[in-house]
Amino acid sequence: MAAPSTSPSLPPSLADAVRDDASLRRFLHGLPGVDQVGVEQRAAGLGTRSIKKASKLWAIDAAIGMVDLTTLEGADTAGKVRSLCAKARRPDPDNPDVPRVAAVCVYPDMVATAKQELDGTGIQIASVATAFPSGRSTLKVKLEDTAFAVESGATEIDMVIDRGAFLSGRYGQVFDEIVQIKHACGDAHLKVILETGELATYDNVRRASWLALLAGGDFIKTSTGKVSPAATLPVTQVMLQAVRDWHTATGERRGVKPAGGIRSTKDAIKHLVAVHEVAGPEWLNPHLFRFGASTLLNDLLMQRRTQLAGHYSGPDYVTVD
Amino acid sequence: MSENRIGVAKTYKLYIGGAFPRSESGRSYPVSDAKGAFLANAAQGSRKDARDAVAAARKAFPGWSGATAYNRGQVLYRVAEVLEGRREQFAAEVAAAEGVALKKAQQLVDAAVDRWVWYAGWTDKVATVLGAANPVAGPYFSFSVPEPTGVVAVLAPQQSSLLGLVSAVAPVVATGNTAVVVASADRPLPAVTLSEVLATSDVPGGVVNVLTGRTEEIAPWLASHADVNALDLTGAPEALRAELERSAAGTVKRVLRPRPSEDYLREPDLGRLRAFVESKTVWHPVGT
Repeated sequence: MAAPSTSPSLPPSLADAVRDDASLRRFLHGLPGVDQVGVEQRAAGLGTRSIKKASKLWAIDAAIGMVDLTTLEGADTAGKVRSLCAKARRPDPDNPDVPRVAAVCVYPDMVATAKQELDGTGIQIASVATAFPSGRSTLKVKLEDTAFAVESGATEIDMVIDRGAFLSGRYGQVFDEIVQIKHACGDAHLKVILETGELATYDNVRRASWLALLAGGDFIKTSTGKVSPAATLPVTQVMLQAVRDWHTATGERRGVKPAGGIRSTKDAIKHLVAVHEVAGPEWLNPHLFRFGASTLLNDLLMQRRTQLAGHYSGPDYVTVD
Repeated sequence: MSENRIGVAKTYKLYIGGAFPRSESGRSYPVSDAKGAFLANAAQGSRKDARDAVAAARKAFPGWSGATAYNRGQVLYRVAEVLEGRREQFAAEVAAAEGVALKKAQQLVDAAVDRWVWYAGWTDKVATVLGAANPVAGPYFSFSVPEPTGVVAVLAPQQSSLLGLVSAVAPVVATGNTAVVVASADRPLPAVTLSEVLATSDVPGGVVNVLTGRTEEIAPWLASHADVNALDLTGAPEALRAELERSAAGTVKRVLRPRPSEDYLREPDLGRLRAFVESKTVWHPVGT
């Protein structure tokens, strides 16, 4: 097993976990099980919080600032990426005070186009890599995929884990892969996609979260958006618990990114409530929490207009993507 | 059945997107007949119900407006068939709501069914009347065709609970629009039954959405809603009309003003069909 490239000062218990395959397995299987009923009930409870008026406006602006505006279609063209970047810079041209989104997320071959458009704006360029979305390829190809994206100018890499290896219990292999990709990323931030829709249980989500954190992922991300169910509130909550516990153990804050399936402002605000209550207010920040989304942004903008104008808005008043 | 059986008092719900949800606000209000006796409870719709209804109508619009005029005619004719099947229930409800004799109520229901058939017949004929092949000075064909306006908010007549309602809703959907209907506040039961008819006929969910409640509470939200394309003010309270027109102007809605004391028993003209269509003109080069 390769040594993790980050966190050289892991506390003894965690340093022990990554010593070899067997201890990694022992550590992951020693994690406390997730109380399924409890976590779903808590998520449903937090979802009933009523966020109104000034708090709602704040939440909408915060959520816009946390959006990774995403286009991951086979039909993507340079033109589409350019218009997406324009939207990222100025989400609502009628209201220049709308904050910019956190990042634009594209396939590696579109990174150069996005970089041209976003240079100097402070908007991050995220690229999926490692044979997204299935992750079914050789490590060599995945590393080259990553290196290509980074060379083209990506500042954040969204990698997928090998779910086949994870589900067959080959944790060491998954760990090594993340460590090597992290190394290939250089200065770019690494987001590790767990694809929770394929992990079947909350226990597996917790294990995969810890595995990714131990291997040096800067963010843990729920899904590719290509598998249903994608990001659900309870899953996000389990992952938020993992980063909170990581912070308790190491003093270091890592991020969470739910992606896929969050389409309405209401969903986004429910997630923000969960972030505040489960991880803590420090996580309400684009450096530590992101939404992977495309249609969500339009709904946020419509809700923002509704809040400010005092009447309901409609899709005719936001861009068609 | 025993003499002292207690009747089942109904609490009706809204009709949004093909489903019958309770009002988001959880409110309902008692509906009385013309003499003041309790009839049933109706849901008291709120602004959020109006918002949901508009979203449902918008979702249904591409399918309904994209259907062929012939198909829309068939679907609407089927509604008339189901209406006819509920003739006795409608007659009882209209008699109770409007305080007319049963015989008069039956006449009103028959007129409503005929009105629905009349508009169903217009679906595939309206384009030839409102459209045109325009004479132009150049080597072009120029056609104008009527296209549906979009989502239409209909404030149904307050007095004529079924015939007036049908006369307002049928022309809106006949041309391919989708509708959000605010039923008569004091006489909502025929509208509720009409929504049950729509749900069990072939009209796709969301094409007609029926809200019950206080018109003066819901109407301003529909008038200002940016995703509503037109507003039928027929059932708007007199005092509110100017204000509703003003806020409708904010998003350039088509507004249909009510005619003073409309007699719904008379055969209508094309006015209501014409009110909610837009003319699209196409130029096409002639010959080779």
